[in-house]
Amino acid sequence: MQRRQLLLYGAAGAGVLGLTLFVGWWRVDGPGAPEPKGQRPLPLSAMEFRLTDHEENEVGPGNLIGRPTMVFFGFTYCPDVCPTTLSDISGWLEELGDEASEMNVVFITVDPERDTVEAMAEYVGYFHPVIRGWTGPEDQIARAAEGFRASFERVPTEGGGYTMNHTAGVFLFDAEGELVTMIDYHEPREFAVPKIRRALTEDVEGAT
Amino acid sequence: MVKKLRYTNALAVLLTVAGLSAPALAGSEDVVVENAWSRASIGVNRPGAAYMTVRNTGEDAVTLTGLATPLAMMPEIHESKTNSDGVSSMAPAGEITIEPGQSVALEPGGLHAMLMKLQEPMTEGENFPLTLTFSDGGKVTVEVPILGIAARGPEG
Repeated sequence: MQRRQLLLYGAAGAGVLGLTLFVGWWRVDGPGAPEPKGQRPLPLSAMEFRLTDHEENEVGPGNLIGRPTMVFFGFTYCPDVCPTTLSDISGWLEELGDEASEMNVVFITVDPERDTVEAMAEYVGYFHPVIRGWTGPEDQIARAAEGFRASFERVPTEGGGYTMNHTAGVFLFDAEGELVTMIDYHEPREFAVPKIRRALTEDVEGAT
Repeated sequence: MVKKLRYTNALAVLLTVAGLSAPALAGSEDVVVENAWSRASIGVNRPGAAYMTVRNTGEDAVTLTGLATPLAMMPEIHESKTNSDGVSSMAPAGEITIEPGQSVALEPGGLHAMLMKLQEPMTEGENFPLTLTFSDGGKVTVEVPILGIAARGPEG
């Protein structure tokens, strides 16, 4: 009897252990594993989304391949971080001078409800002329963010409005659409501009 | 000579009045606001932001409790933060205490005077008054110049 009980406990113990191991595998390495944070964005060639630029052209990641590209996410109702990023980028582009016109620079809104094509057109008009504004249906913006491994979230504010939390860094791709590096939010110009130059020279190396 | 004396007397009176009103407050009369600036807005639907340095030149800590301006119905100090995943968010900053001799910078990407419910568009080249309210009841009003929408600092 005692032996039988022992066996029973043993079997139960082994079962629990096995289950624990299985659950652990499932959650850490198996299909239930969370998306690793800070995962690398996909190459532009592997992304799929359709948006509209501020001049009403249909655009997608394919439009960006062939020239070095800077992409960042934001929204025009953002009073602090987004105008700061846009004016930082405008400053970097001014420093690049003529080379700036060899780049794609795209601001993708995470707030399509308020950022219509017209709103984007008006907003980007205040910054460097190379900067394009892309908007579109929410599901397409979500697909774009997924490709870039960017995140965004709508947060209600007091007074019935809302604001958006979003990835604030700038994604820098070479002409082939491979990620070169990220430029962190509000990174000083003396660090940002050499990174952009690197993306521009990788373009030259790729061509030869 | 007489004129000069009169001027000196007027100054003395002014100083006395200032000196008399001072004891009612504890600290905020020693607050200096420097390098205030803001960006122009597109219309009135989007919130604006203003930046400045608030310096406490006195010997007591001061606590900034609120803002007021005829330009916006809901001015509030907010703080932008960027977490380790590079995601930025913004939230009311609450009260801000400035120790004696210290200053607090309201600057892009950090603390800022968030101007919600604009009453009129913020037009480049214009100014607006912004009143900072302190816990001792004191108020400091500063004229904030409105720079271009792509301005990067008080110099434009």
